[in-house]
Amino acid sequence: MRMTRRLLLRASVAAGLLAASGRMAVLAQAQARATGRLIPIVSKKFVYEPVELTLKLNEPVVFQLTSLDVVMGFSVPDFGVRATIIPGQITELRMTPTKIGEFTFLCDVFCGSGHENMEGTMKVVA
Amino acid sequence: MDSGAYNRRDFLKLAGLGGVVLVSGCASAMRSSSGGENADFYFVQLSDCHWGFEGPAANPDAKGTLKKAVAAVNGMSRQPDFVMFTGDLTHTTDDPKERRRRMAEFRDIVAALEVRDVRFMPGEHDASLDNGKAFQEFFGRTHYTFDHKGVHFIVVDNVSDPTAAIGDEQLEWLRADLGIQPKDARIVVFTHRPLFDLYPQWDWATRDGARAIELLQTRDNVTVFYGHIHQEHHFMTGNVAHHSAKSLMFALPEARSQPKRLPVPWDANAPYKGLGFREIEAERAPVKYAVTELPVA
Repeated sequence: MRMTRRLLLRASVAAGLLAASGRMAVLAQAQARATGRLIPIVSKKFVYEPVELTLKLNEPVVFQLTSLDVVMGFSVPDFGVRATIIPGQITELRMTPTKIGEFTFLCDVFCGSGHENMEGTMKVVA
Repeated sequence: MDSGAYNRRDFLKLAGLGGVVLVSGCASAMRSSSGGENADFYFVQLSDCHWGFEGPAANPDAKGTLKKAVAAVNGMSRQPDFVMFTGDLTHTTDDPKERRRRMAEFRDIVAALEVRDVRFMPGEHDASLDNGKAFQEFFGRTHYTFDHKGVHFIVVDNVSDPTAAIGDEQLEWLRADLGIQPKDARIVVFTHRPLFDLYPQWDWATRDGARAIELLQTRDNVTVFYGHIHQEHHFMTGNVAHHSAKSLMFALPEARSQPKRLPVPWDANAPYKGLGFREIEAERAPVKYAVTELPVA
């Protein structure tokens, strides 16, 4: 489905209201679903925090992604995973790194004038 | 092949003005000719003008390069049949009013082109923050088709959706349009982003581009011209050829050549190096596109 910015904004507002009324409940549900090391990542124009991640080879992780302002993407092309991050909502993304090295994660939803520099580094170690 | 066109292209090659790439197809038959239909012709592709960009380290002539390109096209000894701008007409801004101001300035500058048939499509810098709203106000539709001298042109929008997707609706439109083309029709596709995964680590991809390529591969003679990556790149996906164009604002490095996708620094000893536009000659027998890269100045 073609995703319009209006649709994304509506989703953002709805998710924001939900989060305001039950953020802790959402977090608890997210933790209950998680089946790996939890790694919270906060995005905002136009940075991720943290911007560097260190993962262990073959260790499953669950990224818990949030955005403080606009709709963002979180993509790790080398491992074929991505997610869209809606403000006010915790988005879970599971991944198991299967190769050692340094890899890029980046925003793949055009989010504004600094979008093209919105990226981070993921180190996978033995 | 028109001998004049051949000599002209060879002259450009000999003059060292740019590389020439011949793209061949294998059409078994051509559509019937009537009144200019199927004649050889050429058009010009300009891309990634990024009007409004400021960055002296990458281009100290940010306000002059586009105007030089317009003058260069006007100075061609034989004028092209049409000019196509393949996106990123403007550099992005978070301010909708400023976006429109840049589009108005861009429109006014390219109005100086002597060629009257000038066509546009958006890049993500033009369209991804408002789903193409401002672009449409100034330049019209973001995806469309047209026919010219026996070639069917398809403009595919893979930027108005900020997630870099073409989307189900447009893919269905593409399927329907291809469905009424003969299998050996001469088809040229314009996109902004590459349809294939050139280097997703630098956002050089279209999320559902593989679905478009699958559709295009049902036809024998399809060539894709695109922009976005600010350099020449030539690639085949099965029988479909993909050719990216240089930018008219700043060059980008080759994929995987360095950790970050940063503009190539301006070389004071070789001004405008890495920038340019291209002419594309459409030849009918055999189906072939001669691509000639040209400098700005």
